[in-house]
Amino acid sequence: MKALFGQLLLGLINGSFYALLSLGLSIIFGLLNVINFAHGALYMLGAFAAYVGLVQLGIGYWPALVLSPLVVGVLGLLIEVLLLRRLYGLDPLYGLLLTFGLTLVLEGAFQQLFGVSGNPYPMPAQLSGGADVRFMFLPWYRGWAVVVSLLVCFASWWVIERTRLGSYLRAGTENPRLLQAFGVNVPLMFTLTYAYGVALAAFAGVMAAPIYQVSPSMGSNLIMVVFAVVVIGGMGSIAGSIITGVGLGLVEGMTKYFYPEFASTVVFIIMAIVLLVRPAGLFGRER
Amino acid sequence: MTEMLRVSDLHSFYGESHILHGVDFVVERGELVTLLGRNGAGRTTTLKSILGLVDRRSGSIVLNGREVIDLAPHRIARLGVGWCPEERGIFASLSAEENLLLLPEFSSEGMSVEEIYRMFPNLYERRKSPGMRLSGGEQQMLAMARILRTGARLLLLDEITEGLAPVIVQALGRVVRKLKELGYTIVMVEQNFRFAAPLADRHHVLENGRIVQTVGKDELQAKQGLLHQYLGV
Repeated sequence: MKALFGQLLLGLINGSFYALLSLGLSIIFGLLNVINFAHGALYMLGAFAAYVGLVQLGIGYWPALVLSPLVVGVLGLLIEVLLLRRLYGLDPLYGLLLTFGLTLVLEGAFQQLFGVSGNPYPMPAQLSGGADVRFMFLPWYRGWAVVVSLLVCFASWWVIERTRLGSYLRAGTENPRLLQAFGVNVPLMFTLTYAYGVALAAFAGVMAAPIYQVSPSMGSNLIMVVFAVVVIGGMGSIAGSIITGVGLGLVEGMTKYFYPEFASTVVFIIMAIVLLVRPAGLFGRER
Repeated sequence: MTEMLRVSDLHSFYGESHILHGVDFVVERGELVTLLGRNGAGRTTTLKSILGLVDRRSGSIVLNGREVIDLAPHRIARLGVGWCPEERGIFASLSAEENLLLLPEFSSEGMSVEEIYRMFPNLYERRKSPGMRLSGGEQQMLAMARILRTGARLLLLDEITEGLAPVIVQALGRVVRKLKELGYTIVMVEQNFRFAAPLADRHHVLENGRIVQTVGKDELQAKQGLLHQYLGV
């Protein structure tokens, strides 16, 4: 029994990271029409930025948690302004290729700098240890990772669906040209949306660092599953990408308990079935 | 009278297609002018070119004394241009009220939300409905209403009567007349000549991306035959 709940907790953690990452991918694709293949590399970069801050510069866990997404967000600004902006209006394939290339460059550079093996990332003293809650052992850090990730997801959903700022994003996702003709600075929105999306990825990276260690390939291991999550959830629904992320994390965790050999494939099997039955995804709208 | 808009030798392109071939016209502050012509003559493209929504344009567009040919669309809009697009452009995933409040205010001269709801009582009742649930008439009212909130003083109205029931067309006629009384400057693309004729100060007829005829309201009687010939009605 303890083993099952242990796997479910791990599934929930993975699911929260899937949710953070697919949320970012989804808003970026929705507005910019860019399939951001670099999302995994920027997740990795988030973890490394925190690693450098914490281990090499000694700035402490909490400042690293906040600063790393900011640093990666600024890098996102630069990527959008200097590179992606030139590709708008072309086939989305160009954006995919550019961001794929960026991924190779970033991962290669970090392998060169830090080697291929993982670097341990200490968790803060306040969150080490855990509690024995009757049916399982709950490590504090893992509980914290789930709660904070889901809070960030929920806050993003709330801002997008319920506020005026969010109404710009929703309108821009429908028709950016029209929105611009009404006086909204859409090019700036593109930049900020990309930055926010990749900052979410970096945040997931920092949260994941103490659980999975920090290594240059940590992003590419994860991003394939996240793309499957996005396909299953469907583009265009913020709540959909969050729910699908968490749900699939749990499904994966359960599979690890009941039929471990299957665990790394189950998401892709679900993806294939969803594509056959609902090509636009569980929550997606046909375009 | 002072000049609100001066378009000179305007050429516009979509990709390789050369759509406008040197359009010239002037609109004084407070005037209402129409752009008439057959489909494909370049009327909608003229409005879009003023806002910078074509792939490429050359010539000159002077708004309130300021050259805007090289400005981005949002910067042009912010100089006080309100656009009511042909397809109405209501955002389907936003509620009616979100659509209304979406546009940034450019100046304090805009109507308040209360004034707008007084002018368009239907919209008040439908304010919580998603944009995609509104009827064609409601969408058109909303498309007009939201540009009045921004403080824009130059309104570009593209085929606002298209596909609407006569009673709604009449209501729109009252709205446009009211806006003219309030001193708005209006450029209107209109297929429905009977709707436009009593409202307009001047009509410009476009053909193949050029203005081929200009008819003032006092010449309307005399030049009616000519207009019919151009418009094929």
